[in-house]
Amino acid sequence: MKMNPEYKELAWQGLWKNNPGLVQLLGLCPLLAVTSTVVNALGLGIATLFVLIGSNVTVSAVRQWVPKEVRIPIFVLIIAAFVTCVQLLMNAYTYDLYQSLGIFLPLIVTNCAIIGRAEAYASKNPIKQASFDGLMMGLGFLAVLLALGAIREVLGQGTLFYGANLLLGAWATDLKIQVYQLDSQFLLAILPPGAFIAMGFLIAGKNYIDDKVAQAQPKKLQQGIERVRVNFDS
Amino acid sequence: MAFWIASSPHHHQQSETSALMRLVIYATIPGVLAQWYFFGWGNLIHIALAVVTALVAEFTVLSLRHKKISTQLFDGSAILTAVLIGISLPALAPWWITVTGSLFAIIVVKQLYGGLGHNPFNPAMAAYVMLLISFPVQMTLWQPPLSLLALDIHFVDTLSVIFSGYTPQGYSVEQIRTHIDGYTMATPLDTVKTNITMGLTVVESMQSATIGEHFGVGWEWMNAGFLLGGLYLLKRKAIHWTTPVSFLTSLFVCSFIAFVISPDSSASTMFHWFTGATMLGAFFILTDPVSGATSVKGRLIFGALAGLLVYLIRKFGGYPDAVAFAVLLCNMAAPLIDQYTRPRTYGHKL
Repeated sequence: MKMNPEYKELAWQGLWKNNPGLVQLLGLCPLLAVTSTVVNALGLGIATLFVLIGSNVTVSAVRQWVPKEVRIPIFVLIIAAFVTCVQLLMNAYTYDLYQSLGIFLPLIVTNCAIIGRAEAYASKNPIKQASFDGLMMGLGFLAVLLALGAIREVLGQGTLFYGANLLLGAWATDLKIQVYQLDSQFLLAILPPGAFIAMGFLIAGKNYIDDKVAQAQPKKLQQGIERVRVNFDS
Repeated sequence: MAFWIASSPHHHQQSETSALMRLVIYATIPGVLAQWYFFGWGNLIHIALAVVTALVAEFTVLSLRHKKISTQLFDGSAILTAVLIGISLPALAPWWITVTGSLFAIIVVKQLYGGLGHNPFNPAMAAYVMLLISFPVQMTLWQPPLSLLALDIHFVDTLSVIFSGYTPQGYSVEQIRTHIDGYTMATPLDTVKTNITMGLTVVESMQSATIGEHFGVGWEWMNAGFLLGGLYLLKRKAIHWTTPVSFLTSLFVCSFIAFVISPDSSASTMFHWFTGATMLGAFFILTDPVSGATSVKGRLIFGALAGLLVYLIRKFGGYPDAVAFAVLLCNMAAPLIDQYTRPRTYGHKL
């Protein structure tokens, strides 16, 4: 299947180059607060993904009728409506996870990654592109959440996928992997300061990879223009 | 024949970073000796472990950063950081506490910020705080002074406790820390704090075995040792008098006011001076030239702020001692203090 270059660019922007978590540094509050385990991160990431797609589609669909002056309140209303839907759904189907995410689920409304995409992209582009952009940005955010959650859970408790049954049902209890046995939890990794430090390492890693890639690119030879300084007076 | 003309300044001081660091390390010796005499081998083992780990970490990061290893590795700053970590850790803490702390101090707090001279926080204290909030159980394994122990603890016993958690005879850390009468002994600061919450007065807490005759068995001599080392540093002009003096004065004033208002629930001024990490903090940690304030006025404010914070946290905070937290908070304030205490240049308004 040949991919439309426009979609390719959108995917590249959302997943790597303009990643909401690592590059735009948007939505840091949930990013740092709930990533203490992979499952929490996954739950919040999926919720954000749905809200992002839904709000992008709606904002893009109504973009002709929204007056420029009041667009921000309208975007917030749309986002809040989707967040309420997601919240009610999670309350109904994954109640334990809903409880462990706590206030950060309703706080998705204030996640600037979402309103940022609505303002910067969805309000100017047709529905198809806007929904794809929402999907890619949401996946990029989800990936960062998962990476951070995995790092913090392994360092902090020595497990992976602890509490997967909260999200996926009782069968998922066996998904828990004991990476190594800790006598005592490494509290720093579980507490918010650890999230900041791990986030710093993730961003450093991304910049390092970008640097390496940029160095590996063949250097374009610049056509040098030779200038001759001529002093007519002498 | 031409004369070689040098520009001013003509009076040079041929001192290097390593010489200064060596001097500071030597100055810790009286305090470390007192610690060894009263508390046994634990802290010396931790110091050795920390130095080795710090050097390995420093070597690794320096080679990753393509720095000149021969000069920077042995400039003494990493060793000094490691020595301070080793001194401040509880003597019976497990070995991985020291290793984690030294790695964090050197790699994250020092080198990631750009190495010596660029770190906004004191590496030793940042590592201590990291350990304290991450491993609260292990970081409160303070060993009571040897004279109060029911068991005889020798070098081999301490070494074995640090590496395996048990002495060769099979005693656990908790058993070592337990008094003959069956209660666990804490540090003097901890004792006073707990007793006050239990409704005892300070005078009653002073009867406790860990406090002994004055301000804490061993602790008073340790602090006296660091005071002696600090005075030596002052005499050799390795540190400026402003920070320690303003820190100790501020702590004195705060505790004096509280003591005058409510002598039953506030410990005496000298108790605050001679227990915990007061003297170590005053002369060896707050005087760190990198993370502290720069000008004379700035250092006075810096020290006074630290003294106030130490008192407030010791009195109202959740932890018995407060030097590490106070130092970190003051490190954060140091750039602002520097901003507002710029010395006036002669002939210029500010």
